[in-house]
Amino acid sequence: MTRLSVWTVRSALLCLGAGFSIGALMLTQKGAPVDPNVLRLLPLHIELLLFGWTLQLGMGIAFWILPRFSREPRYGDVRLGWAAFALINFGVGCAGAGQWLNAPVSIILLGRAAEVLAVVCFARHAWPRVKATGT
Amino acid sequence: MPRLTRYFIKTALIYLAAAMLLGLLLALRTTIDFPPELLALSPVYFHLFMVGWAAQLIFGMLFWMLPKYSREKPRGHEPLGWAAYILINIGLSLRVIGEPLNATQSELGVGWLLVVSALLQLSGGWAFIAAVWPRVKER
Repeated sequence: MTRLSVWTVRSALLCLGAGFSIGALMLTQKGAPVDPNVLRLLPLHIELLLFGWTLQLGMGIAFWILPRFSREPRYGDVRLGWAAFALINFGVGCAGAGQWLNAPVSIILLGRAAEVLAVVCFARHAWPRVKATGT
Repeated sequence: MPRLTRYFIKTALIYLAAAMLLGLLLALRTTIDFPPELLALSPVYFHLFMVGWAAQLIFGMLFWMLPKYSREKPRGHEPLGWAAYILINIGLSLRVIGEPLNATQSELGVGWLLVVSALLQLSGGWAFIAAVWPRVKER
């Protein structure tokens, strides 16, 4: 497993843990109401689990298992992968926390734009590696 | 394929079928009179799909495919993986029962089912993270 994959998969696991923790708080609030504000965490819950966990995990595993090149750099342009890693986490933080905290819409848009850029970087990194083995 | 992976994936397939069936029933609510408990199942539908199906399928695949922990213990802390499987499935089942009842008949006092469900799923999620974390490593 490459260092980029280790960081991306571990970050995805942390998003899973955070997403599950927030989900548990909200479910507890439904069963034993304490503070209705807890339910405002829903957008952050969705952001963490949909983009932070599922999407980021897919990216991390793809960095690892897609076919490598026969010459260096064998994993392609890893800088694009690191950019995708940074951007997806920045985007999840801005868009998720922004919606939760009623931040200005520009913060949420910034987060969404970072998520789009992350996907573009990931696709640019992965595209040449989607190839017949040994080529 | 390890036994735990087979359990995760086969259980995920059952949840997938249940989620799709429930989605069909929810789509029919405009044409057929269903009991209110069934109509309160929308959040359960999403979680059957995302936790029961998607997360468990991923958990099963990760437990199988991640780099081996060591020659002696290739799958790492396997009991933690089994704990995750059991906790998540009991927790999700309690939610399936408790959420529609709590939404439609709160006088029954079944809110505790949701609290227990939340704790079980939370523990299951973190147990899985603890189980696979040491296997996410550079060669």
